Parts: sequence; C-alpha cells; structure tokens
Amino acid sequence: MKKIIYAIAALMCWNAVEAQTDKGSVLIKNATVLTVTNGTLEDTDILVENGVIRSIGQGLSAGSNVTTVDAAGKYVMPGIIDAHSHIGLDVVNEATSPITSEVWMGDVVDPYDIGIYRALAGGTTISHAMHGSANAIGGQNVTLKHRYGTHDPENLFMKEAPRTIKFALGENPTRVHGRGNNIQPRTRMGVEAVIRNGFNEALQYKKRWEDYEQASKQRNSKAIAPKYDSRLQTLVDILDGDIIIHCHSYRADEIYMLIQVCKEFDITNIVFSHVNEGFKVAPELAEYTMGASVFADWWAYKFEVYYSTAFNAAILNENGVLTSINSDSGELIRHLYHEAAKTQRYGGLSDDEALALITINPAKQLGIGDMVGSIEEGKQADLVIFDNHPLSVYAIPQMTFVDGVKYFDISEDKDDQRLRVNPTELVEPIFLKEHDHKCMHDLDFLYTETENLFNLHNH
Amino acid sequence: MRKINLIILCFLASLLPFMASAQIDGEVIKPRSGKFLLTNATIVTVTNGTMENASLLIENGKIQGIGTDLSAEGAEEIDCTGHYIYPGMFDSGTKLGMVEINSVQETVDHTELGSVTPNMQALTTINPNAVAIPVTRVSGVTTTLAVPGGGIFSGTAALINLNGYTPDQMYAGFKGIVMNYPSSARRSTWDRRSDEDIKKDAEKAIKNINEVWQRAKTYNEIQSAEGELEYYPEMEQLAKAVTGELPLLIEVNAANDILEALKWLEDKENVKVILTGVAEGWRVADKIAEAGYPVITGPMLSIPTRGSDRYDIAYTNPSKLLEAGVKVAIRTNDTENVRNLPFNAGFAAAYGMGKEEALKAVTIVPAEIFGVSDNLGSLEDGKSATLFVADGDPFETKTQIKHVFIDGYRVPMSNRHIQLYQEFLERDPGLEKHSK
Repeated sequence: MKKIIYAIAALMCWNAVEAQTDKGSVLIKNATVLTVTNGTLEDTDILVENGVIRSIGQGLSAGSNVTTVDAAGKYVMPGIIDAHSHIGLDVVNEATSPITSEVWMGDVVDPYDIGIYRALAGGTTISHAMHGSANAIGGQNVTLKHRYGTHDPENLFMKEAPRTIKFALGENPTRVHGRGNNIQPRTRMGVEAVIRNGFNEALQYKKRWEDYEQASKQRNSKAIAPKYDSRLQTLVDILDGDIIIHCHSYRADEIYMLIQVCKEFDITNIVFSHVNEGFKVAPELAEYTMGASVFADWWAYKFEVYYSTAFNAAILNENGVLTSINSDSGELIRHLYHEAAKTQRYGGLSDDEALALITINPAKQLGIGDMVGSIEEGKQADLVIFDNHPLSVYAIPQMTFVDGVKYFDISEDKDDQRLRVNPTELVEPIFLKEHDHKCMHDLDFLYTETENLFNLHNH
Repeated sequence: MRKINLIILCFLASLLPFMASAQIDGEVIKPRSGKFLLTNATIVTVTNGTMENASLLIENGKIQGIGTDLSAEGAEEIDCTGHYIYPGMFDSGTKLGMVEINSVQETVDHTELGSVTPNMQALTTINPNAVAIPVTRVSGVTTTLAVPGGGIFSGTAALINLNGYTPDQMYAGFKGIVMNYPSSARRSTWDRRSDEDIKKDAEKAIKNINEVWQRAKTYNEIQSAEGELEYYPEMEQLAKAVTGELPLLIEVNAANDILEALKWLEDKENVKVILTGVAEGWRVADKIAEAGYPVITGPMLSIPTRGSDRYDIAYTNPSKLLEAGVKVAIRTNDTENVRNLPFNAGFAAAYGMGKEEALKAVTIVPAEIFGVSDNLGSLEDGKSATLFVADGDPFETKTQIKHVFIDGYRVPMSNRHIQLYQEFLERDPGLEKHSK
C-alpha cells in the first residue's frame, strides 16, 4: 500500500515537473556580446544552463550533452521585449464600460497565433499582451514569453511578472463611450473624472472591507462581509502598489493630468504608452513615473498625434525618462531592433542607449528588469543571434532562444510554422492588409462609415 | 580695401553657423536656387559607377558637371568631405500630400466617390504645404508618385518632386491612370465576406470592368473617326489608357488575381501596363517576367499575406521578382512615413536584392518606368539637380542626410519634427515654475 502511495506521489511530482515550461542549455561561442548593461564584449562565450545564463567569458566549455553554437562573427543581444503588444490574443477590447478593470487578457491568450512565431523570427522574446484602448481604465494585461509550439496558453505566461493594467486617455475612450454610447467620457475632462471616481470608489470599497474585518474580530461579531467586486478590488490593488499602470496616451495635457491624479493617490507605478507628446512633459515624466514607451516614428494618423516628432525617444532619454520603444503591431514587433535604430537617425543615441530601449528599459517598465533585458549571469537566457549588428538595417536574426530553448533558427525552420490549420478552412484566406493586433481591435464597427481603407492606423 | 572687404566677409561667413542657430523672430528658411559646387564627395551616380573625391556642379536647376577639375567660379561651395552624393530617391506609390490627418475625413482628399473616376487628378489634390512633405524630403526622398484610391478606376496618379509652391511647380513629368484589379482576396483581417461572396464580387467587378473598358474603346473609336461625342469626362480620360497615351497602373496583389490580370491584358495591345502592389508576386514571378510588365512593389515592411507563408516573404518578394527578370521599383504605400522608403529598400537589400539593385529600385528603375530617366534617377550631366548628400549609406538607419537639392533648389534641412526637437530638448523652466 505504502509503495502505491509513493508511486502516486512520485507520479504527481513528475507531473508537477512536466507542468513547468521548457528550460534549455546551450553554449554560444566566440560571439560579439551586446550585454546592454555592461557594454560590448568581443569574442565571448555565453554558457546557458537550464534556462539561466550561468557564465559569460572566454574559453567556456560545457558537457557533451549541451549544444554548442559557433557564433564567430555574429552578434548576441538580449531577447527583445515589447512593452505594448496585442499579438497572441483572441480579443482585445471589452468596450462595454469606461472601467473594466475586472477583465484579464490571460483569459484570451491564443497560443496558435502565427504572430508569435513571426515575433520570434524578429528576435522578440517577451511581449506585454495588452487590453485595448477603448476604456479609460481597461483590463489587466499579461506578460508573455514567446514559447511558441505549446498548445496550453498558460505555458506562454511569464508567471514571475507582476500584474499590470491598461489605462487609456484621449480620443479612443471619448469616441467609444462619449460619442459611441453617449456616456461619460466625451472629453478629456470626462476621462479624468472617470479615473478619479474609480479610485475614490475603490478607496470607499477598501474601507468597507477594512471596517468589516475590524468588526469581525469582535467577539460574537455579526458583521456581514461587503459584496466582493473584482472591478473595485483591482483598483484597490493599483492604489496599494501591486499593479503597474500602462497608460495609452498621446497629448501632453492628458499625460500631465494623469500624473497629477497619480500624485494625489500616491501612485508611482505608472508607465505612459505611445506618449507622442511626451517630449513636452519630459521633466514631469522623469520625476514622477516609470517612464514612457513610445513609437519610433508613427504620427499624423489621427489628430492627437499630429504634433509629434520622431525625436520623441531622444528627447525623453536625454531628459532622464526611462524610455522604451514598443510595437502595438503584429508587423513592427518583427523588427523592433530597426525601430530602436531610428533613434540614432533622429537624435543620435549611442548603441547601448538604443538597444536599452527594446531590452532593459521595457523590462523595468514591466517589473521584470531583474530577470531579463540584459545579458548578465543569473538572468533568464532569452537571447538573439544576429548576423550583423542589430542596429544595422541589414541585420538578420539567425536564432532566438527563450529560457535557453531555441524557438527560431533561420537555417532549420520550415516555411509554414502554423501549429494547426483551421479544419473548416477549405481555401487559405489571403489578407492584403494587416489590421489585427492593435489597440482599437474589435471596434471596427465604429469605422464602418469610413470607406477609406488606406493606411488606417487606429492605435 | 578689397582685402579688408574680404576679411569682413570671411568673418561674417564664419558667424553663419551661429547666426543660423540664434533666435531671430519671424525668421523663415526658404528653399533657394543658385550655383552650388559640392566638393570632395564620393559620388554615387547609379548609372555610371561611383567617383571618389569628386565634385558636382549645380546651376540653373541642372547638374552642370561631375568631375575632379570643376571650377567654383561664382558658386557657393559646399564641402562634402567624407560624404556621399546620391540621386534623389523615388517612392513609387504614396498618398503624401493628398491627406493631412488620416482619421480626420475633412483632410482626406485621395478617394473620390464612385467606382469609375479616372478623371480625378491627383495633381489637383496635392497640398504643396502639407506638413509631411518637409518631414519626408530631409530623408533624401525627393520624388513621389501620388496615387488616388478607391473604386475600380480611381483617378490619375501624378509624379511630383517634394518642393514647390504649386502642384505644377512640383509636377515631375509622369501621369498614369490607376486601376484596382478586382480582388479575390480579403481586403483586411476584418473583411468578413464568405469565400463565395468574395468570388462573386470579383466576377461582378470584372464584368463591370469589361463593360467600362468597352465604353472607353467605343469613345475612342468615335473620337478617332471625329464623330460627335457627348460630354463624358470619365471616358475621355480612360480612353487615354486604352490607346496607351497614358500608362495604366494596375493595383493587384493576390497571386491568382495577378494571373487573372495578366490574362485580362492579353488582348489589350496598346495599353502601357505597370503593375503595382504585387504582394504575392513571388508566387507567379515567372509569369510576370514573361508578360514583361514592370512592377512597383511594397512596402517590404509588411506581414505575409497568408498564415502559411514564410515569415520573411514580404522582405524577399522584390528580390524574387528581380531574379525572375522583372523590372522592380519599391514603394512604401504610405503617407506620413514615406521617409521610411530607404529602410524598406534596406530590408529588400538585406533579404536578397543586394544594395546596388535596391538603390536602383528607388532611383533609376522608377525613373525609367515613369519615362523620366532623361531628367531624373541618376547623377549625370544635364539631368535635374535632384539629389542628396549623406554621411553614409542612405539605407543604413543611423545615417544622417546632410543636404537635399530638388530641381536645383537647396531645401532647408528642417521640418516640424526637427523644430519640436529643438524647442523641447531642454525645457526652461524644467520641472519647477521658474528655472533656478
């Protein structure tokens, strides 16, 4: 009998191990290593053991069971991190209320999205899968590691990453709710009111629970617990500092507004996303926030991005704002290394500064800077090998590793990388324009009046 | 006395850089013409190789000489030591100047109502003062094809140079009628029509096209016979495509549609065809080469049209077309970010096309396709002084573009993006109400 119990216990343990995501070991030899945080190391080896960077140096060796990759003449950089993405998601917007903090993108992760593989082929190993920008306070996001090939959405989750939530200011929430549904917010004043009301209601809610908990400690307490409200509880968690806000925003006035609101509610965990006019309030962003995650050069697709500059990242960086460059696009996520390089054309950033925009800086903004985002001993082995310097327009990613496991290899991978083919699909559809993976996804009904299909960005 | 004058002049000249950065209320830098000598440059002519340590003389809007022994008599000398001179780049398909802000309908002027509107003139809608124009040209993109959109026969595209106060001053010598070949593919991921409906729509559209085309033919026949014609501006214009007076730019992307279009063209002898888009051209590259039509393709920076496609297929498409023997020019199909043309060319170069061919695909090849290669597309004596100076490879992301000349005009290396940079890099006051 005991034996059987042991056997069952052993089996359970084995299952528990199996439930873990894959971790790999590899020795990369003779590479130019772009550590990002400790400069560039020539002719250097990286030893990865069980998903972790064990050592960085010269003349390293590994056991015979460990694959060796000769990277002479090649460049290795940390896996690219995209702080604003919508790939790998079935749906993006729960546009039914100006506040939907109760929903979580972890519930709609689609491991079959070919976009994940395409991102890997562009060296991107981590994406911040975000709720859309329809609501002033949107849903909670999920940070994904691109472990493509799994059928289980949970295997894509970066479970160590802290919770984050999407906020959105400006045209999108005012169009969806104010003009679309005739409810507040219709203006940027309304957006402030919605957020402020949300936080104040959350404080009342928190107090109700504290009062109840206090009362229930009394002997023979007949206190009745308040009704649980996951929407307000999430806002309480933000106020308690347990959730990082990532806020879709464009104009300086609305950015400044939310900085003021956050100061009032003692919120410091906030990253502004897109932030096209962030350059106008760079000193404030530097002082009071976790920085800005911007586009390299997108502008003029809507009015609130008309007064933009491609020098935004350079101005922010120069002013001491923690700055990253994101994609918000299933297309751009494939060449964020090129987007980062644009800061060298527009503002002359150094190689390390430019690379930080897509590695360690977004890692910090996602609260995972101690685990990923640079090539350092002890960090997770998310690595990309390029044939040229990744900031060159001629650079082509050769291999991409997540946790030491190789998920992309330009010389071995087959052309068709789909994990499954839709069985009801007799003829494969051809899409001439990609409109997926964007902030306003699922809200196309709002654009039916627009016959103009050309170059429609709605981020 | 003369000497003193010279010294004063030299002193003033040495102040120029400082004066340029000083704040002068109301100061505006305008494009200006004149006689310019660009010296000590590496000159990439595109058609006649590369010359080291050479000079290029600009006068009366033209390149008046390329060589090592040019006289600077009366010319403003621009030292280009360590720099490269290239012909201005063409973006062979854009909406630049036809729309100011995409989501603000009042500013969108590229798509007229109706499906047969070949008489809609892109040149009419070009706003010479569009904010995006100076943003674009400082990248070395000097010449763009403005393409109207929508319907079947959208309108008449026009080639423009990115400097001038009126559309006519910008006009660069090519017009073509735009046709959107009926597509059996989905327009986008949110095109939810069934496969059957898409097929039906395409068939209906082809029937419609054939009727319209026949009408234009008849119009032309009556016109040639000097018969009496009622006012019919659409057919008046479309007849020019039938006879080959104006080229027909056929936008077609899905492989099957390309084949259908080639079949449709078989009996259209006089039509001068340019295929545009051609996203799935790599699937039928041999057929396109066989037909002998030139192709304008792009952007390279786009995702594959099918989930089963190799991830880099959009990057490699131009090289595969070229390999099959197709004449290929590159476009961005963009509006405000036409400045990314060199990066699209860079990706095409990296993914099989090579730097030299990619450079041709944004210079001499489009000039040939548009029939303006006697004036544009390369650095040659007597051609338009439409060129730029860079401190390196113009496709390389970090390269800085130093000077741009369009039709002999030296255009200011400034625009709203640069002005905002200058204004906001160092705010005063910073965080406090007053600087300390």
